[in-house]
Amino acid sequence: MIEMLMEMFSYTFLVRAVIVGLLVSLCAALLGVSLVLKRYSMIGDGLSHVGFGTLAIATAMNAAPLTVSIPIVVLAAFLLLRISENSKIKGDAAIALISTSSLAIGVVVISLTTGMNTDVCNYMFGSILAMSKDDVTLSVALAIVVLVLFVLFYNKIFAVTFDESFAKATGTKAGLYNMLIAFLTAITIVLGMRMMGALLISSLIIFPALTSMRICKKFRSVTICSAIVSVICFFIGVVISYVYATPTGASVVIVNIAAFLLFWVTNIVLRRSKS
Amino acid sequence: MALITCQDASFAYEGNTAVRGLNFEVHSGDYLCIVGENGSGKSTLIKGLLRLKTPQKGSVLMGDGLHANEIGYLPQQTVAQKDFPASAYEVVLSGRLGARGIRPFYSRTDKLAADENIMKLGIESLRNRCYRELSGGQQQRVLLARALCATKKVLLLDEPVAGLDPMVTQELYRLIEKINRDTDITVIMVSHDIQCAVKYASHILHLENSQAFFGKTEEYVKSNIGMGFLGGERDD
Repeated sequence: MIEMLMEMFSYTFLVRAVIVGLLVSLCAALLGVSLVLKRYSMIGDGLSHVGFGTLAIATAMNAAPLTVSIPIVVLAAFLLLRISENSKIKGDAAIALISTSSLAIGVVVISLTTGMNTDVCNYMFGSILAMSKDDVTLSVALAIVVLVLFVLFYNKIFAVTFDESFAKATGTKAGLYNMLIAFLTAITIVLGMRMMGALLISSLIIFPALTSMRICKKFRSVTICSAIVSVICFFIGVVISYVYATPTGASVVIVNIAAFLLFWVTNIVLRRSKS
Repeated sequence: MALITCQDASFAYEGNTAVRGLNFEVHSGDYLCIVGENGSGKSTLIKGLLRLKTPQKGSVLMGDGLHANEIGYLPQQTVAQKDFPASAYEVVLSGRLGARGIRPFYSRTDKLAADENIMKLGIESLRNRCYRELSGGQQQRVLLARALCATKKVLLLDEPVAGLDPMVTQELYRLIEKINRDTDITVIMVSHDIQCAVKYASHILHLENSQAFFGKTEEYVKSNIGMGFLGGERDD
């Protein structure tokens, strides 16, 4: 086991991927708790599709993918948030509209430029080889920014997640903190997207939160538990993908499914044994 | 000076005037019930009192050193809250957030205040329980403790007994009355339950998209509108 890990980490690209991946899964898990509870899970999914479109365009323009994607996805995040808050326009329909549109634009752009090849597959399902050295530096820096902002605004995020009307009434700028959450989510998604794939990245946001909510009863413990679950699942997923040569993104999701089922069953057993 | 003064205030909802011609004063220690049919402008007025909505016309003035974010608000519960994983203590403590301003973490004083209000409402045994596992009445008590954390002067309650069974409803009314009497906190309550409104409140504000009645409860029960509403709503 240890030998295998040693061998695995003798590849620089894997070390890079694991560092970025661990940070991204940590950020995604923390934000995920709030997103899932606010019924905003679909925003994460929508954003990843927008990210796919921007990645395709960035590649076509020969521009640095992260620098093109981040501003556009952040803008899309604010737009989706606005749509979800205004329940008169059907929020879920609008999100589906935006995500399929970006997907279509992305696919057309790719087929016109590089042609439909393995690139598309990599964008959709992720590739561990996608990280360059510059990407790693930027990703690590941004991930640390997301973590610091999350910790600083933890209490405000809790208040806004639990009860927006009360928070607003007592003078907390709920709209501002919603935008902060959307902003941090957008960055996290873009950072993790190329490794996990546009179709799978939202699982990093949704799964750990849902998993820890099976067992934990406090907001703080849910947050901490999902962070731990997410990091562990990512690590196991990467090791599995290395050993069995499976795609990284999908392997991480599979481990997350297993964790979810484990927590779910544990909860049932715990409840049975109590009653 | 009055705590809250409405001077010929009107509030609009998406361009349509929802309630107009509001002229009333709330004094320290009052227990005001706002009654009226659905869609008579009660919720809009609440937003106005919380300063989440600016009056279309007229003004809402705060006196006695009351700031808009010092109103302890008990909103109606949302669907998302019903299965929210948070301890009662976490919820109560979040009532102190408004007073924190930009400072990110709670201080010792905040935590003490949260525990004090938990004691005041007799929910010590629920302190570490999960909010979603509490009964409706227990959840309202937790939210009431949170509202008390946010204020020293005014509680604004939006249909606090909606969906509670009769026993729990009575308990909650008694608790609110006790808070009003013992701590001199002003209570403003929106209620559908007109029988209890006239039983507990010192003042009644009756809305019919305008101010149909404002005055002491004794006068309200003798007025035409009061008698009509009391008779008509008995089986509601």
